[in-house]
Amino acid sequence: MPKLNSPAELEELRQETLAKRDPNKPCITLCSGTGCHAYGSEKVNAAFAEEIKKQGLEGEIDIRRTGCHGFCERGTLVVIYPKEICYTNVQPEDAAEVVQSVKESKVVDRLLYTDPVTGEKITYELEIPFYANQQRTIFGPNRRIDPQNIEDYLALGGYRALAKALTQMTPEAVLEEVKRSNLRGRGGGGFSTGRKWEATRDAPGEPKYVIVNCDEGDPGAYMNRALMEGNPHSVLEGLAIGAYAIGSHEGFIYVRAEYPLAVENVGIAIRQAEEYGLLGENIFGSGFDFKVKVHRGAGAFVSGESSALMTAIEGKVGEPRPKYIHTSEKGIWDGPSCLNNVETWANVPLIINNGAAWFDSIGSERNTGTKIFSLVGKVNNTGLVEVPLGTSLRHIIYNIGGGIPGGKKFKVVQTGGPSGGCIPEQFLDSPIDFDELTKLGSMMGSGGMIVMDEDTCMVDTARYFLDFLSDESCGKCTPCREGIRQMLGILTDICEGRSKEGDIELLEELAEVVKDTSLCALGGTAPNPILTTLRYFRDEYKAHIEQKKCPAFVCKELTSYYIDPAKCEACMICLRNCPTGAIDGGKGKIHVVDQSKCTKCGTCFDICPDRFNAVVRISGEPVPPPPSEEERVIVRVEK
Amino acid sequence: MVTVELDKVDEIIDGYVGEEGILIQLLLDIQSELNWIPKEALERISERLKIPVSQIYRIASFYKAMSLTPRGKHIINVCLGTACHVRGGQRIMDRAKELLGIKEGETTPDMKFTLERVNCLGCCALGPVVVVDGEYHGKVAPAKVEKTLKSYD
Ligand SMILES: Cc1cc2nc3c(=O)[nH]c(=O)nc-3n(C[C@H](O)[C@H](O)[C@H](O)COP(=O)(O)O)c2cc1C
Ligand code: FES
Ligand code: FES
Repeated sequence: MPKLNSPAELEELRQETLAKRDPNKPCITLCSGTGCHAYGSEKVNAAFAEEIKKQGLEGEIDIRRTGCHGFCERGTLVVIYPKEICYTNVQPEDAAEVVQSVKESKVVDRLLYTDPVTGEKITYELEIPFYANQQRTIFGPNRRIDPQNIEDYLALGGYRALAKALTQMTPEAVLEEVKRSNLRGRGGGGFSTGRKWEATRDAPGEPKYVIVNCDEGDPGAYMNRALMEGNPHSVLEGLAIGAYAIGSHEGFIYVRAEYPLAVENVGIAIRQAEEYGLLGENIFGSGFDFKVKVHRGAGAFVSGESSALMTAIEGKVGEPRPKYIHTSEKGIWDGPSCLNNVETWANVPLIINNGAAWFDSIGSERNTGTKIFSLVGKVNNTGLVEVPLGTSLRHIIYNIGGGIPGGKKFKVVQTGGPSGGCIPEQFLDSPIDFDELTKLGSMMGSGGMIVMDEDTCMVDTARYFLDFLSDESCGKCTPCREGIRQMLGILTDICEGRSKEGDIELLEELAEVVKDTSLCALGGTAPNPILTTLRYFRDEYKAHIEQKKCPAFVCKELTSYYIDPAKCEACMICLRNCPTGAIDGGKGKIHVVDQSKCTKCGTCFDICPDRFNAVVRISGEPVPPPPSEEERVIVRVEK
Repeated sequence: MVTVELDKVDEIIDGYVGEEGILIQLLLDIQSELNWIPKEALERISERLKIPVSQIYRIASFYKAMSLTPRGKHIINVCLGTACHVRGGQRIMDRAKELLGIKEGETTPDMKFTLERVNCLGCCALGPVVVVDGEYHGKVAPAKVEKTLKSYD
């Protein structure tokens, strides 16, 4: 591949690529994101390839493997071009019928998405409410791109923004544009991206570095992963534009070790971009040089923090350092360094292409643009959702997410990652942006949005996050290391029935100290899960402490299961499924839970047929004594 | 440690000679090649790169992706990311611990299974998720854990 030396050559290549591609040629695109992979997209892909061969259609139907489309709930997703007919939950066995239908330009009705509200079948991908209610400016191209083929990105107009920046704009003009867009960082704090770039640009010292943060430590979010795996060039392009504005010639992409496919795809993307001259020396003949290296993280949440991440890139232990000197002045090897989140960088080409005013018009005041959320937990449509900032929680959870499964009641939505907060029902209509979330006591974080229903215990939830954070605290500063551990201890006591009066007050006091005195934001925000759950669910804490009762029946030590002798029909289902053999009984003999063997896993409760509903879950009260042996015999009246 | 393995360590080091800030990347490569990082490997790196063992050990012990003890034949990853947690991931972990008689992060004495906790595998729709040797098991119930584990020998 000869290098592209000018924007004109880039456009020429794009036209050539488009001319080579017949827009009417059928193409089966298949999601190969992590969600669909877990559903077995690998096998579906193989089945399609074989079926195309078998039906003698090689060369007539293309297959393209894309990154995550977002609607992971319904994997494996298959979209047939040119019409964009969308099939959900596709299995290898469906391949023959689908290929046949493509040949005959027909639609396989049974694989279409059925709207659960109207019962209507929906043929086209973007008409499915999950997608139709979103605004997918960053994430949209994912479904059209094979991430391992740069031509797909170029065909959609990729690297035009870089060409424009390098050949028609001065670095100052690029910086000005980003500042005027009011883009705020998508990695957590929501800091102004333009101001951060400017600080790095103005800092004395060479060389300067630009860095992509793809550590994605939030244990319930995967939008950075989906972008990195599915559209790595959009991140690279943004990074190169930023480097130009800042005056940097060296970039790093920090990817967590748990994302091997992201490492692979971004590696391929870098190589391809170098081959085309889109990275490397004298890009587009502008005289601007820029090279990028990938650095794999090694599994430490705290290493996602800016100073820690930079230390890790130097090959040292990724621990934070005090920040009286900003990393924009002294970062990697003491050079001025600018770190932004994956999604922040991916926004940059859009801003350069469409202008700051366009970007500024999306979203709410001081919160411009769209944001990708990872909508997971107890919600019908699990997946990645992109909406303008300022969209209400209700729109996201109900219109896009399809509400809560199993007829359960919504309880809270947790945002902001492990040190975020829980937002209860009365705020469902609040617009979601950086400032509103902070007001509610939570935060944006990287955009994790975990929906929880009535079966979730708030004390247990706080304990879960504190457990995570205590494990991930690097231990360098005492308030974080010891404070989190003490708070976790108290929460564990509350969950396990060893709590005492005054525990809530003690938690609050500890929380203040840890918040005010920790070295980095890990400790600084660690008390959040406790503080927000206390703010909105103090009663639940009290029930645990005063009545030793877990109202959601989650805390094992406070919960018991028994079988209601009046309802048990001795069907043996729970008995056979109990993993610890704690259920005694037999044919015609009412079952009894042996409390000494029961591990409170809840299997019997879940499995007892609805028509009997004999397993009872209690908390805060003693288990009634089991029936006597005579009472356990079921006498059935012969008909 | 057998010499073949040390040869591999040497090979990996050769690939990085002359670069800066490589220690973490180097250790990750050794981890993925050998499935753990033996003491001999730490000593070899120290000798060749003239870095004190203590410094290398500090890194290897800090990061979760690096293991200083040998790992089992099958690696079980139970997802305890937030989405899996709210769907009962902990019950799955408890059951696996019970069945294998080991704690999180440990390996069974017969070296057959290593039990590890992971945080979000990016397929929350399938939660709770268990991954054994890279194979995904979705919507796992406590009662299904035993059968799943038995299918690996
Ligand atoms: C403990 C801790 C973990 C963090 N993890 C991440 C992460 O995984 N990804 C990320 O983008 N930012 C993370 N951050 C925030 C970064 O320090 C930094 O603010 C961010 O990457 C800057 O990018 P932005 O300006 O584009 O938001 C973390 C911060 C802390 C304190
Ligand atoms: S992985 Fe296929 S839609 Fe998300
Ligand atoms: S939390 Fe388990 S896969 Fe996301």
